[in-house]
Amino acid sequence: MARKQVTLTRSDVDAGTPLLAVEDLRTHFLTEGGTVRAVDGVSFTLERGRTLGVVGESGSGKTILSRSIMGLLPARNVVRTGSAKYEGTEVAGQSHAAMRGLWGTEMAMVFQDPMTSLNPVMKVGNQITESLRHHLDMDKGEARETAIALLRSVGIPEPAQRVKEYPHQLSGGMRQRVMIAIALACGPRLLFADEPTTALDVTVQAQILDLLSAQQTERHMAMVLITHDLGVVAGRADDIAVMYAGKIIEKAPTRVLFSSTRHPYTEALLKSIPKLEHTSHTRLDVIPGRPPDLVSPPDGCNFSPRCPYAQPKCFVEEPVLEVGPGGGHEFACHYPVGTPEGAEALARNEAASRAGVSGGVA
Amino acid sequence: MPEPLPDTHDTLKAGGSGGVITESSAEVSIDALTAGSTDAQRDVKKLGFGFWLAVGWLGLLISLAVLAPVLPFVDDPNLSQADALEAPPSGEHWFGGDDIGRDVFARVIWGARVSLFIGVAAVAFGFVIGGTLGLTAGYFSGRYERIVIGAMDIMLAFPALVLALALVTFLSEPGTQNATLGTVTLVLTILAVPALARITRAATLTFAQREFVTASRALGARNSRIISREILPNVMPPMAAFALIAIAIVIVAEGALSFLGLSVASPTATWGNLIEQGRNSLDDTPWISLFPCAVMFMTLLSFNYVGDQLRRYFDVKELNV
Amino acid sequence: MRYIGQKAVQLLVVLFLVTFLTYLLLDLLPGGPEIAALGPGATEEQIAAFRAETNLDDPLLVRYGKWVSDAVTGDLGDSFIRNTPVNELLGQRLVATLQLMLYTTIFSLAVAVPLGILSAYKADSWFDKSSNTIAFGLLSVPNFILAVLLIFLFGGQGLLDWFPAATYVPFSEDPYEHFHHMVLPVLALAAGQIAVYMRLLRTDMISTLQEDFIGVARAKGMPTRRILLRHALRPSSFSLLTVAAINVGALIGGTIVVERIFAIAGLGSLIVEAIFQRDYFVVQGAIVVIAVGFVLVNFLVDVLYAVLDPRIRHARAIA
Repeated sequence: MARKQVTLTRSDVDAGTPLLAVEDLRTHFLTEGGTVRAVDGVSFTLERGRTLGVVGESGSGKTILSRSIMGLLPARNVVRTGSAKYEGTEVAGQSHAAMRGLWGTEMAMVFQDPMTSLNPVMKVGNQITESLRHHLDMDKGEARETAIALLRSVGIPEPAQRVKEYPHQLSGGMRQRVMIAIALACGPRLLFADEPTTALDVTVQAQILDLLSAQQTERHMAMVLITHDLGVVAGRADDIAVMYAGKIIEKAPTRVLFSSTRHPYTEALLKSIPKLEHTSHTRLDVIPGRPPDLVSPPDGCNFSPRCPYAQPKCFVEEPVLEVGPGGGHEFACHYPVGTPEGAEALARNEAASRAGVSGGVA
Repeated sequence: MPEPLPDTHDTLKAGGSGGVITESSAEVSIDALTAGSTDAQRDVKKLGFGFWLAVGWLGLLISLAVLAPVLPFVDDPNLSQADALEAPPSGEHWFGGDDIGRDVFARVIWGARVSLFIGVAAVAFGFVIGGTLGLTAGYFSGRYERIVIGAMDIMLAFPALVLALALVTFLSEPGTQNATLGTVTLVLTILAVPALARITRAATLTFAQREFVTASRALGARNSRIISREILPNVMPPMAAFALIAIAIVIVAEGALSFLGLSVASPTATWGNLIEQGRNSLDDTPWISLFPCAVMFMTLLSFNYVGDQLRRYFDVKELNV
Repeated sequence: MRYIGQKAVQLLVVLFLVTFLTYLLLDLLPGGPEIAALGPGATEEQIAAFRAETNLDDPLLVRYGKWVSDAVTGDLGDSFIRNTPVNELLGQRLVATLQLMLYTTIFSLAVAVPLGILSAYKADSWFDKSSNTIAFGLLSVPNFILAVLLIFLFGGQGLLDWFPAATYVPFSEDPYEHFHHMVLPVLALAAGQIAVYMRLLRTDMISTLQEDFIGVARAKGMPTRRILLRHALRPSSFSLLTVAAINVGALIGGTIVVERIFAIAGLGSLIVEAIFQRDYFVVQGAIVVIAVGFVLVNFLVDVLYAVLDPRIRHARAIA
C-alpha cells in the first residue's frame, strides 16, 4: 500500500515554524462520576532536534497529553479543545482516519511496558516490516533488510536471527529496543517516549536512554520524554516541563530548572530524591497529601492544599503560567521559591505551624 | 469496558440441544461465572423489563403446570373429543386439536409438567451430588481434587446425547423403548453431575483463596465450619443463577430424548413427543407441532434469560467485594 | 515436536480408556445382547449356546482384549440384527454424517467469525446489541425445534418449498442436489453453533482489543482492517478453537436428531436404531468410531494451538 497522503492541508512551513506548537490543549473525559479534566490547558513549543522532558506523578496528565497530541484517544466521551500544530498543521481534534497518515511516519510513540506492547503471536521482524511495507511501500526483501539494520542500530545482537523470533524469546531490555526500532522505522520527526524505562531494570535504563539520545541526534528528531523520575530527564532533556493535575506549573531549560527552581512542587520533587550523601535511615522528604480530584479540582491553585508556601491568595486565585524575569523560565506561582515573597510566605507558615495554628498548610 | 472472559452460558450451550451439558476444558470459560465480567459495570445493574417479563412467563407456566389437574379450562390431555379432531385453534380449543381429537393446549400444559419436573429434579439432584463434589474438590484440592476432576472430564469428554440414549435404553425393560419418569430423571442427573461439579469447583476456587477464608482458618475454624459459613453462602447465588440455565439445558435434553421416543411412554404428553407427532402433518395441521414449539421456546428463552441476568447481577456484587 | 509426541501418547491413552469404559458400561447394564438377538422367547439352551458362541461367559478383560485385537485389524464383530459386519455398516453410514458435520462447522465458523469481529469492533452499537439478541434467541432454540420450523417455513410443508426436507443425495450422484438437500439440515445444526461461536469470539476480541499491543499497532498507523484481522484475531481465537473441539461431541448428538428428522442415513440414525434394537456390537462399534473421531479432533486442535501460539511451542521445547 502506498504511503498514505497526509489528508491534512499543510501550510507553507517556514524556518520559524516550530515542529510542534501546542496551545491551551485540554482533554476532558466524560465519565459517570463527572468530567475528568485530565489535561487542562497545556501550551508549549518544541523545535526539531530538541528534547522536552515532561515530568509529573501518576495522574498529572502527562500520558494523556502525549496521547492527545498524537490523537490516540478513544473516540467517544472525550472532549478536546485547544490547538496542537505539527509543522504548522492543526492536528488536535482530527479523526483517527486523518491521523493515520501521520502515525509512524511523522510522529511515533515508544510505550511504557515492553512486556505487553508487542504482539505475542507475531514475529518480531514482522512487527517492524509491516510498518515499512505499509507506509514506505517496500517489498518483502527490502523491508526485511531494513528491519535487520534497524535492529542492529538499536543495539540488538544477531539481528538476522532475531527477526525470526517471537517477543517472549527476548528479554525486557531487548523488547524495549525492538519497540524503539518499531517507532523509528519510518523515520518520524517527533518521538514521544512515554516512561520508556519505568518497566526496566536500573542497569538497562541507562542503556535505553542513551540509545534514545543517540538515535535522536542521528535522525535530528524532536523528542518528548515523559517520566515521573527527575533523574531520567536530568541529563537528557533540553527543557523540562513539570505537570501537576493536568497543567504545566513550571517550564524551563534543564539547568535553570535545577538551579533556580521556582515552583514549590518542583522543589518538593527535587527534595524527595534520595541522595548518595544521605546517611542511612535519613528520612525522605515526602510531599504530604494526595493529588487532587480531577473532576472537581480545588479553587485557586491546584497544589495549594499541599504547598508549604501557600497563602490565602493561593486558595482563591489560580496562578497563571508566566515567564519570569530573565525570560525562558515559566512558572505558575504567587509566592515562588527563591523570591522574597516566597521566602516570606514560607517563614510565615513555618512560624504559624510552630505556634500550633493552622495557617493554610494542609 | 472489556468482558474479559467468555460467557459460561455459551460454553454450556455449545451444540444446542445435541449436547446435554458441554463445557470447555479451558478453565477460563467456567471461571467466567464468578470472575466477574466487567461489562456488568456498564450494563443495567437493575433487573430490567425483559427480566420481569421472563419471570412472568415462567410463573404463569409453572402455575398452569402445577395446577393443571384442577384447572377447569385445562382438558384431560388423553381424552379424544370429537369436536377437536384436527381442529384449528378456536375459542373452545385454544391450541387446536390433534389427529385423534385431543386438546393440544391441555397436552402442552401437561407436557410442561413433565419437562419442568425432570428439569428441576435432575438439576436439584445433580447439584446435590455434583455440587458437593465440586465444592469439596475446590476446597481441599490436592490429589482428591485431581481424581474428581479427572473423572468428571472423562464423563464430559463423551457426546452427551449418545450416552443418554444408551443409558436410557439399557436401563429400561428389555424389549420396550419407553422409560419411566424416574429412569429419565436418573439418566439426566448422571449427565448433569460432571458439569455442575466443575462449575461449583470453579466458583469455590475463587473464594477458597480469598483472605476471609484464610482469616477464618487462622482463627482456628474447622473446615466444615469454613465451608458452611464462608464458602457456601458465597457460592450459592451464582450457582442459583446457573441452576436456571442448567434447567433449560436439561429440558432441551429431555425434549430431544422424547422427540426420539425415548422418554416417558407415549400416551403421556411431553413436549418432545408432541412436536414429533405433529411434524409429519405440518402442511395440514401445523398447530399440533407449532404451539408446543412456541411454548417450549418461550420457556427456554425465559430460563436462559433470567439465569443470565441473575448471573450478571451477582457478578456485580462480587466486584464490589 | 516433543509436544506433538506427548499429545499422541495422551491420545492413545484416552482411546483405551474410552473404549474400555464403553465396553464395561454396556456389559454392566441389564438387558444383554442375548435377549435382543434371540428374542424374549429364547430358551435356556439357546441362550447358553449363544453365550458360548460369543464368549460372553469369559472374564471381562479377556473379552475386552480380544475385542481390541480384533478392532485393531478392523474387525468389529457382526451385527446380530442385520447379519452384516459392523465395520461395513459403519462405513456405509459414516460419509453422510461426516459431510453433515463438516459443512455445519465450516458454515458456522464462516458466519460467526465475521459477525464476532464486527460486533467486537462495534461493541455496544445497535448492530452489536441486535446481533447479541438474535444470538441469545438462537441459543435457546433446540435444534429439533429449529428443524421443524425450517421444514415448515422452507421445506414444502407449510409456507415455502425451497429446499427438500428429506433424504440424502450422495455428492457423487448429483452435486447440486447433494447440497440442495443439505441446506436445511445444516442450518438446523449450525444456528446454535453460530450463536455460541459469535459470542465467544466477540468477548475474546473485545478483551484483546484492550491490550497494549493493539494500541501500539494503531500508533504505527496500521489500518483498522489489518489490526482486526492480523493483530487481534489470532490471539482471540484460542477459546474459539477449544470450544469448537468440544463441540464436536455436541454436534454428534445434534446429528442424531437431525438425521432422524431429515431421514438421512448416517451414523447418527444408525446409532439410534442400533440402540433401540439392542444391537450390541453395532452400538459398541459406533461408539468407538465416535470416540476415535472425537479424540482425533481434540488432538488436531492441540496441534493447531502449537501452530497458532508460538509461546506454547517454545514452552514445551524448553520444558
